[in-house]
Amino acid sequence: MTQPLLEVQDLHTVFSTKDGLVKAVDGVSFELNPGETLGIVGESGCGKSVTALSIMRLQRPGRIVGGKVMFKGQDMTRISEYEMREIRGREIAMIFQDPMTSLNPVYRVGWQVAEPTRLHHGWDAKRALASAVNMLGRVGIPSAAARARDYPHQFSGGMRQRVMIAMGLTTTPQVLIADEPTTALDVTIQAQILDLLRHVNREFGTATILITHNLGVVAGMCQRLMVMYAGKIVEAGPTADVFANPKHPYTWSLLRSIPRLDAERHEPLKPIEGLPPNLVDLPNGCAFHPRCVFRVERCQRDVPSLLQVGDTQRAACWVTQAGTELKGA
Amino acid sequence: MPETAVKHLSRAWTVNDPLVSVSDLKVWFPVASGMMQRTVGHVHAVDGVDLDIKAGETLGLVGESGCGKSTLGRTVIRLIEPTAGTVKFKGEDITHVRRGHLRALRREMAMIFQDPYASLDPRQTVGDIIGEPIDVHGLAKGKERQERIRELLRVVGMNPRYADRYPHEFSGGQRQRIGIARALAVEPTLIICDEPISALDVSIQAQIINLLENLQSKFKLTYLFIAHDLSVVKHISNRIAVMYLGKIMEIAPGGQLYTRPRHPYTGSLLSAIPIPDPKIELRRERMILQGDVASPVSPPSGCRFRTRCPRAREHCAEEVPPLEAFGDEHKAACFYPLD
Repeated sequence: MTQPLLEVQDLHTVFSTKDGLVKAVDGVSFELNPGETLGIVGESGCGKSVTALSIMRLQRPGRIVGGKVMFKGQDMTRISEYEMREIRGREIAMIFQDPMTSLNPVYRVGWQVAEPTRLHHGWDAKRALASAVNMLGRVGIPSAAARARDYPHQFSGGMRQRVMIAMGLTTTPQVLIADEPTTALDVTIQAQILDLLRHVNREFGTATILITHNLGVVAGMCQRLMVMYAGKIVEAGPTADVFANPKHPYTWSLLRSIPRLDAERHEPLKPIEGLPPNLVDLPNGCAFHPRCVFRVERCQRDVPSLLQVGDTQRAACWVTQAGTELKGA
Repeated sequence: MPETAVKHLSRAWTVNDPLVSVSDLKVWFPVASGMMQRTVGHVHAVDGVDLDIKAGETLGLVGESGCGKSTLGRTVIRLIEPTAGTVKFKGEDITHVRRGHLRALRREMAMIFQDPYASLDPRQTVGDIIGEPIDVHGLAKGKERQERIRELLRVVGMNPRYADRYPHEFSGGQRQRIGIARALAVEPTLIICDEPISALDVSIQAQIINLLENLQSKFKLTYLFIAHDLSVVKHISNRIAVMYLGKIMEIAPGGQLYTRPRHPYTGSLLSAIPIPDPKIELRRERMILQGDVASPVSPPSGCRFRTRCPRAREHCAEEVPPLEAFGDEHKAACFYPLD
């Protein structure tokens, strides 16, 4: 077995709101192996972004109240802010959904892309800029030397996301966290950016955590995936297995509820009834049980843990852990 | 609910004629610049569109942001007055109708918006939001009005008691149901659905799609369904029109568009849409477009797609390809179509 690059153990992140404590991340554990692309899927409020932000220690105003994030033998939740800055942007880079708000509008793009190498490698402005221009070209920005002198507003959405990716890569980080990197983009531009991320993964060997709500994106990008619901991982496993044979009723119902472009006949969709849970007032037992068509009595009482179900998958579900197959009309 | 009213609009029109007929429609918005705010150009949001919407069908309208699909939808129901061209509704030219007549027309048409958070007035109760169109058109008063509001809430799958509550008490999906109830309040014939599910969570989208489909068969509604998600559009639509930079590039029944796209833009759009199935995704051939959409202020000469088109030749820059028939109900605007 290869040593995991990043290990998240029983992570808990909470937010204090006027309505009460929100457990945004509630006992999440996973590993990221070198060179792989891991998908985290879920709907808004499931905790997927807060998980990523907590890894980067950018979770404020949320608080990490438990667990470890192990990277290169140290627990990133315990190191000083100074040590954290040495890792952030240098060894673990992050790109966000909205590339406009993540770029500073008053600095030239080349200067911003060069910032990580100036800061982390102590390169002088000239050398850092040359490397930034090189990287802008490698992520597919035409006439990179000239465009480096432009400001962010002079770039389109897709081009800005390329700039963000270039900025993330200048220090050749080992981990890239991409939080909904294509959600704000049009589909043809989304295809370009996903293609770029695949290319980055191959060429630089960067291990990637891809956070998305789009199951199609995960299907084409990730070797492994985790499905989150109400702050917890409810299913995890190799992408092919999870799609072919989901072991959690949430994954199972979600896959059946989305219209597919390649559907041959028009059949009514099978929606998940009910609403996503209120995080301040979660139901007892399994958070999905009020919407679950397979629920048994125990689901309303006890919280299931994420356990091995089948050969390659893990699921947090009393029903499948007891050996029941998920089937339905 | 009673049968659709306002029959006086229809003259020689019969159900076999198109409900909406758009010809050579242009909507240009001025671009102002400098201290004097002089008009320096125009955004060609919709630039010569011919389109029919049949009674009772769902016509899907897809395209990327800025292609003019929302502007086209709003112009069809006269929220925007077009720069040129005509819009006919039930055979009648409504391009420039005003005031009283426009109000009568608005009883036949309604709109559902993308953002259920922005499209509902936070200071109005749900009952008043749904009641407003009833009041504006004087459709019911007092007890009868209350009963209709409750009925509309039931129709969209909500508890009638919610009439006294405020929008902020509801989730995105429930708010979209309220928006749908408001649209139904005038008993319209045509509903423009402008990205009605894009802002909703994945697990809620199917609920709203099914609701829209059920309402359509129950009330014999015609939908213009505007969205950027081709999987959803293909699911809900009878026919799909693909727009790019203000023009229709291709129009065809959904299945045909998917199995045999003729326009290279449609082809690349289809191949860009991820399919939630790793087995298919991994061996899919991708046709990744280069570059970005050109500016709608100064669109490319000839075919607007030529700047990104892998098949473009010289001729494409010289002449605008017309929408030509490729079999029954299938049209595409391309000189060098896909096989």
